[in-house]
Amino acid sequence: MDKRTAFNNRWLPLLLLLPQLVITLVFFYWPASQAVWSSFRIEDAFGTSTEFVGLENYQVLFSTPAYYQAMVTTLIFSTAVTVFSLSIALLLAVMADREIKGAGVYRTLLIWPYAVAPAIAGVLWYFMFQPSLGMVARGLRGMGYDWNPLLNGNQAMVLVIVAATWKQISYNFLFFLAGLQAIPKSLIESAAIDGARPARRFWTIVFPLLSPTAFFLLVVNVVYVFFDTFGIIDAVTGGGPAKATTTLVYKVFADGRLGGDLGGSAAQSVILMFIVIALTAVQFRYVERRVNY
Amino acid sequence: MVENRHWFFRLLPHVVLSLGVFIVAFPVYVAFVGSTLDATTIANGQMTLIPGGHMFENYYRTLFVGTSGTTRQPVLAMMFNSFVMAMTIAIGKIVISIISAYAVVYYRFPFRMAAFWLIFVTLMLPVEVRIYPTYKIVADLGMLDTYAGLAVPLIASATGTLLFRQFFMTIPDELMEASQIDGAGPVRFFIDTVLPLSITTIAALFVIQFIYGWNQYLWPLLITTRDNMQTIVIGIKKMIVTQDALTEWQLAMTTAVLAMLPPVAVVILMQRLFVRGLVETEK
Repeated sequence: MDKRTAFNNRWLPLLLLLPQLVITLVFFYWPASQAVWSSFRIEDAFGTSTEFVGLENYQVLFSTPAYYQAMVTTLIFSTAVTVFSLSIALLLAVMADREIKGAGVYRTLLIWPYAVAPAIAGVLWYFMFQPSLGMVARGLRGMGYDWNPLLNGNQAMVLVIVAATWKQISYNFLFFLAGLQAIPKSLIESAAIDGARPARRFWTIVFPLLSPTAFFLLVVNVVYVFFDTFGIIDAVTGGGPAKATTTLVYKVFADGRLGGDLGGSAAQSVILMFIVIALTAVQFRYVERRVNY
Repeated sequence: MVENRHWFFRLLPHVVLSLGVFIVAFPVYVAFVGSTLDATTIANGQMTLIPGGHMFENYYRTLFVGTSGTTRQPVLAMMFNSFVMAMTIAIGKIVISIISAYAVVYYRFPFRMAAFWLIFVTLMLPVEVRIYPTYKIVADLGMLDTYAGLAVPLIASATGTLLFRQFFMTIPDELMEASQIDGAGPVRFFIDTVLPLSITTIAALFVIQFIYGWNQYLWPLLITTRDNMQTIVIGIKKMIVTQDALTEWQLAMTTAVLAMLPPVAVVILMQRLFVRGLVETEK
């Protein structure tokens, strides 16, 4: 798609593009290629020189159980957060889409957590579930449940899942609501006249028409869980206990900084880049289809 | 909607939505209560859901004095850093992406599509996957512990350029032809026609990018080493010490409330722009 007419000037457009291109080259392409480059190298013990080692960093990575553990952790974490936040948001959006009093107020009260930083969301939940002084944690312990996310990896996982889900509901809610409101009311009314009950109307009309939105949100949520939840994990558990909440992204950070294994960290970065590129490609295929539809 | 409903089905949405609002608001309310208590009440686990009487004292100390532990910075200074970072990212991104989108849409020049794709591909490279190399470049440029180092690497991204490109494509060609007949050049056309038409899009992008900038975590965590360059989101993390006895929870919760206030206020006060910005930048 192009404009019918255009200005003819050789230098002005390049000048206008220059700031964007310079920043992109310096802070995107250069570091990304550095990551690829250093993923093929290892540093010596003193960190003074590096040596080309081919795919060794990758081989080491795929032979360490810790990497598979991080994969499994990421899989569990992203599946749980995506499923919970999407289904809760869908339920709320369906309810808010009805003609009820105060729908606007409900909407306002449901969307603002979008503005809460992931790290802050983590801190809020940690404050309630901190084993010795958290309000909810004390309630749990009072009921005889041995709640201690600082020692128990599964409980730590539950806590980061809850915090990450809490933070993401508002985003999904907003998009589901927009999707629902785009469905023509006449469709639903005619189905009602034909005698379809509300549940049947939802599953045969509303849900199929909402599926593009749901698919879009699915991809966005996976990206969110992969990258944006870093702050939640770092604030709540720091990847622990015993690496139970170390996701792939957290591992890149922890290995590069604390471990000082820059080559291995870079190899992990490169793998993550491929995952993001694959997800983006999936998303664009879907966008194209929607345009044709 | 269509048929008359049983009272239960009329009540159901209110019940479910109230429950949703409750779940969403509860952790924030607990944090607020925490920010009104004294240290011992929290440390002894005697906290209830009723606010205490130390609110003024806690907020005063947090804003102007700071915690006695790790950060030692008044939170007001951290909020200033966050504000500068968020504003620089938001305004910087709008400026560089609106002019680059203008170049791509309204000019024909060699390598036009190449330039567009070069920008477009960066959608796929979140800062997290290239964190250490980017850190090294910023360090080599001497930009650690500077506002430029905090903001500039996050300014470049394809979202803004794509959004403006999409919007410019919807501006009728006749407007450009008319202004060319009137003898206006590209700069005049941009200032007199394109910019005024883009105001809503600019505002919507601003709202989203301000929140994005304010809430940054990993990047400022890495590149700020001096206490006085910390942003508030980093500051609160540093207040929570692993040995919990040292954590001044009432001040940490006060900081949490203060950290949430600006972006949440932006969402609530500019709700229409926010919704629009969110839906459009994600397309």
